[in-house]
Amino acid sequence: MAEVEFDQASRIYTPGAKPAVNRLDLIIDDGEFVVLVGPSGSGKSTALRMLAGLEEIDAGQIRIGGKNMVGVASRDRDIAMVFQNYALYPNKTVGENMAFPLKMRGVDKAVQQEKVKAAADILGLTDYLDRKPRALSGGQRQRVAMGRAIVREPQVFLMDEPLSNLDAKMRVSTRTEIAAMQRRLGVTTVYVTHDQVEAMTMGDRVALLKDGALQQFATPAELYDKPANVFVAGFIGSPAMNLFTLPVGAEGVRIGSSDLALPGSLHSRISSAGQDTITLGIRPEQWAVGGDNGDGAGGVKAQVDVVEELGSDAFLYAHLDDEKQTPVVVRSAGRSGARRGDQIALTPTSEDLHLFSPETGERL
Amino acid sequence: MATATPERTVTPAGGDDQQLNPKARRSVGGTLLSVLAWIVGIGFFFPILWMVLTAFKQEADAYTTPPKLFFSPTLDQFRAVFDAGIGPYLLNSLFATVVSTILVLVLATPAAYAVSLRPVKKVQDVLFFFISTKMLPVVAAIVPIYVVVNDIGMLDNIWTLIVLYTAMNLPIAVWMMRSFFQEVPKELLEAASMDGASLARSLREVVLPVISPGMAATALICVIFAWNEFFFAVNLTAARAATVPVFLVGFITSEGLYFAKLCAAATMAALPVVIAGWIAQNKLVQGLSFGAVK
Repeated sequence: MAEVEFDQASRIYTPGAKPAVNRLDLIIDDGEFVVLVGPSGSGKSTALRMLAGLEEIDAGQIRIGGKNMVGVASRDRDIAMVFQNYALYPNKTVGENMAFPLKMRGVDKAVQQEKVKAAADILGLTDYLDRKPRALSGGQRQRVAMGRAIVREPQVFLMDEPLSNLDAKMRVSTRTEIAAMQRRLGVTTVYVTHDQVEAMTMGDRVALLKDGALQQFATPAELYDKPANVFVAGFIGSPAMNLFTLPVGAEGVRIGSSDLALPGSLHSRISSAGQDTITLGIRPEQWAVGGDNGDGAGGVKAQVDVVEELGSDAFLYAHLDDEKQTPVVVRSAGRSGARRGDQIALTPTSEDLHLFSPETGERL
Repeated sequence: MATATPERTVTPAGGDDQQLNPKARRSVGGTLLSVLAWIVGIGFFFPILWMVLTAFKQEADAYTTPPKLFFSPTLDQFRAVFDAGIGPYLLNSLFATVVSTILVLVLATPAAYAVSLRPVKKVQDVLFFFISTKMLPVVAAIVPIYVVVNDIGMLDNIWTLIVLYTAMNLPIAVWMMRSFFQEVPKELLEAASMDGASLARSLREVVLPVISPGMAATALICVIFAWNEFFFAVNLTAARAATVPVFLVGFITSEGLYFAKLCAAATMAALPVVIAGWIAQNKLVQGLSFGAVK
């Protein structure tokens, strides 16, 4: 078990071009579960592969347990990795697959057997030890890959989208299993995914990357409640946060022809920023919905385009009554009776709306 | 879209099958294709069948027209071929074939790795170089080769043939092995290296088992080419190192009129390749579809 440190670590495929991973700084505590998340091309997998020793570290350092890993081969880093396609050895049985890392390290045969058996017990693979990977289901293969990683008791687990080849239901249950197992084993884990739900539910902390650069490294709650910039705000949360760039008015901001009155504290935050325009972020659940019968007075007018009824909640996809017909997403109670074409009035309910600079995108 | 008649089914030429439904039309086409396949297959196989049957006949039966299908088989002709001294030639062929094939596999495997999984720089040029060595006609190369072999005193030496057969098959083997290596997911090697295996170890323990059907196919091709090679053998060997094809040609000259004896010799020359193919068949069929990741 060890601390993992990215210190200005960069990966530059072609000199002069934009680095795939650009001066990444992360300090991952011993035993922590950290998720690297981002859209495709964000450099999250490259960062993980740099830590794994499968990609060069072109600048900066990566340290595991305080030791610089530049120039250290994968097999000398004492890490284990679970691949997206599992990378099981097709000609070896489940048991041989799981024993392979032990065998390569010259562990005694009896100890190998013992450890494989223990891991198989944890993972529910005891009955499958003599089978070849091709005779297993996707979920079982995924667990064999996990087993191969845990038998060795490495300093760090690396997981590269290990759930993306599973069906939706398996993904949810395996998600919980992996998180629970990591907590029990207490091994520092770096997990890569493009799925923000996985990131939010599994990670102690989440590092959000975009174009090779770190956007924010924080707990899931902080990422959701205090996104560091517009990109984070838009990426975390489903449906995404509503983001409007609006002129600042006397009592708040102007949306279309109407003034959107903002709670007092928020308004003073805007005034102190001294901006003419501001990017305002409002999560779908931060709206109160009123009808056109007057109970939404002072709200922003909008027309419903689509209602997504989820049972407990419903999401209303609407557009504002301004010249750009800005789209807006609103969460309302399930079966609230809203229908396509309805006129609604929206009022922000929370003081914790998000303010960003329109120029830099940074949180104000 | 105006007509409901499916147009995609394969139909034999002929206009009067319009009223048949598509399934029936397909089965008529299928039957015709099968018949054609059988005709072609028998056409290819018949000379071999004739050769094998004739090998078991007495010389008198071998000349009848049409060929006798029912006769009392005899091993006399095979005995005669052995008496004529095919034994050493068989041993030479066997030795040259086996040793050159092993050498080819030993050399081609790392070479194929270097042009596939972790490609060297200018990999296209490297590949072109390999295949370009096959472009010069052997006939054009034989004079310099003969001179060199003669100068180093290696004429009529089986090791000369082994070196030449290895060189001759190496480019093909590298190309074949490369295509098999490329089917191996690179994550397998990455996983092995994370699991602590050295490159040699991960090749041996992880990659080679996966590509073993490919290696079998490559080995079979090398065996066939080496076993059947005639030109080098006839030009560079004489009494001591000559191989079976050389013997066969000599046998035709001396025993040209004795069909049954010739057929027996030819059957014996063909048999080892057939056996090699039969042994390799299991491996070949067994899994060219690598179920490694999916």
